[in-house]
Amino acid sequence: MDTIMELDNIDRIIDKHHGEASALLQILLDIQSENRWLPWEALARVSERLAVPLNRIQHIATFYKAFSLVPKGRHRVHICVGTACHVRGATRILDTVEEAIGIKPGETDLDLNFSLETVNCLGCCALGPVMEVDGKVHGKMSPVKTSQVLKIYE
Amino acid sequence: MSEIQFEIDGSIVTATEGMTVLGVAQKAGIYIPTLCHHEKLEPFGGCRLCIVEVEVKGWTKLVVSCVYPAEKDIIVRTRSEKVDRIRKTILELLMAHAPDAPELVKLAKVYGADKDRYEKDPSFCIHCGLCVRYCNEVTGKNAIGFVDRGINKEISFIPQIAAVECNDCKQCFPLCPTSYLQAAFVLTQALAFPSAVNSGPETGE
Ligand code: SF4
Ligand code: FES
Repeated sequence: MDTIMELDNIDRIIDKHHGEASALLQILLDIQSENRWLPWEALARVSERLAVPLNRIQHIATFYKAFSLVPKGRHRVHICVGTACHVRGATRILDTVEEAIGIKPGETDLDLNFSLETVNCLGCCALGPVMEVDGKVHGKMSPVKTSQVLKIYE
Repeated sequence: MSEIQFEIDGSIVTATEGMTVLGVAQKAGIYIPTLCHHEKLEPFGGCRLCIVEVEVKGWTKLVVSCVYPAEKDIIVRTRSEKVDRIRKTILELLMAHAPDAPELVKLAKVYGADKDRYEKDPSFCIHCGLCVRYCNEVTGKNAIGFVDRGINKEISFIPQIAAVECNDCKQCFPLCPTSYLQAAFVLTQALAFPSAVNSGPETGE
């Protein structure tokens, strides 16, 4: 998928919500899920069409963690560093991922292939240490297994 | 409109419906310290410095006077041991961010606040929102807004709008209690529209 979204696509999403200012959050969520992040041009377009000032949209887009204003990779890697995973060696898993992709939590690699994030509990502590890629849970990870899982997505 | 009578610091004051306790006090010439209040702007309730004690039917509670509506027969105390202590702490917390802001220094003397009580975090902006709200509500230009939240909250100019609007306006500049606003503007200008700094309006190229 292209990193910059076509204006037509943004307009389509806005039209779906009848261009109503009250649907702002939903529109932003839709753009986020289609495009994985919110480009500035998209925010400017939404502002223009909904007649909501850009500074308000910017506040909302930076307020909620669900939104990203910087490009995100095609695959979202979540490493659980909650207590249970931590004591079972989550740091080693995180280290492995950082080394393999060359990015730290919160970052995205240059090829826009991976975005890395740490989370505090994925709700399956018995499987710890846990790693989640694009919503799929990989449990009982070891550094070796971690590298193997990442290979699938490369 | 119905008139409301109540008491502030021992004197009887009269208000009309919809007024805030702070508004009534100011009209009656009773001083309550404020930081984020501005007569042209909607009540915000951000700084909490205008906190006062209100007694309703024998119950005492602490309220933020710039957003608390005037009510019949309440008893307001603008200074008490508790109120002063809270204001002192608020000032100390704000001074961890902006230790030399003139308004804070002045208030700190009154309430005995120690600017060094909390570890310094020189982010300078104290989130009073005056700049953001003025640009929004009064000038209607919306060139500046807040971004992020909690301890990461910051003000941020929208470069595209600031580049065309701010140089001829700057009405928010004198409102900032800490001068952070001016600094943020200069920074935005240098990074996002530097050409506007050096070339005068008549430089055509
Ligand atoms: S920059 Fe100044 S006026 Fe604006 S919110 Fe911060 S302290 Fe208040
Ligand atoms: S003046 Fe009331 S909260 Fe700031």
